[in-house]
Amino acid sequence: MISVGHYLAVSAVLFTLGVLGIFINRKNIIVILMAIELILLAVNINLVAFSAALGDLVGQVFSMFVLTVAAGEAAIGLAIIVIYFRGRGTIAVDDANRMKG
Amino acid sequence: MIQLAAFYLFATLVIASAAMVIFARNPVHSVMWLILAFFNAAGLMLLAGAEFIAMLLIIVYVGAVAVLFLFVVMMLNIDFAELRAGFVRYLPLGALVAIILVAELIFALGAWSAGGIDLASRAAPVVTDKSNIEQVGELLYTRYIFLFEAAGIVLLVAMIGAIVLTHRQRGGARTQNISAQNRRRPQDATRLVDPGVGQGMEL
Repeated sequence: MISVGHYLAVSAVLFTLGVLGIFINRKNIIVILMAIELILLAVNINLVAFSAALGDLVGQVFSMFVLTVAAGEAAIGLAIIVIYFRGRGTIAVDDANRMKG
Repeated sequence: MIQLAAFYLFATLVIASAAMVIFARNPVHSVMWLILAFFNAAGLMLLAGAEFIAMLLIIVYVGAVAVLFLFVVMMLNIDFAELRAGFVRYLPLGALVAIILVAELIFALGAWSAGGIDLASRAAPVVTDKSNIEQVGELLYTRYIFLFEAAGIVLLVAMIGAIVLTHRQRGGARTQNISAQNRRRPQDATRLVDPGVGQGMEL
């Protein structure tokens, strides 16, 4: 039978793949955004798994809020990429130093 | 038995396609693998009995977010070969961080299943005689109504922000001037003339 541990293992691997994706695609900000989506997906799987295991619906409600924030974050992030590309002609984040940060 | 088989199918596919998302050479292929990962994650959530979240995942992620990614990847003319230059150089550090992270997560999982952590009492227990979507809806529109509205505000702010960020006024475009249209009065725009026969009209 499927236990909550199965789900937690899948979500741990997914989370780790997301973090690894941020590290190895350090120059390509679009793939970084996709890796963030993977991380949020792992969090959602965790919330749903615990919700099902504990018989408590609040996990699913909060999973929906995570989904909302993920959608908003993708929209804003891609909008920033579009205006950055318009100004610079590239999206390499290595030479993003206009604000001297 | 079939549940277990379905679980392993979805779990294997979601992990494989997540790996392909971060290792694919072409970002367009990355988006396609991301869509496959979301579909399989939705399958996992269906197995857990969260039907509403599974459908929401497909509608929101595949229908909106992945299409948005695809649109931006294809609209921007980017040299992706140049962006992959540091791939091998960053791999050891990334792998180290990933190994540490997965070890920590497995450690936390072991500590949790050893029963060392007390969980709080249930806030909204599942009842068996109602469907999942009915229960989630009841919870969302009663106890979590303010959080629900806050989520709506987050989406509104994101929408306005994306429009304000990417909107640009082009010079030389012939756009509608609404205030000039509304200021126009009949006596400015029309006149009554009485031309003689055969004299012609000046317009």
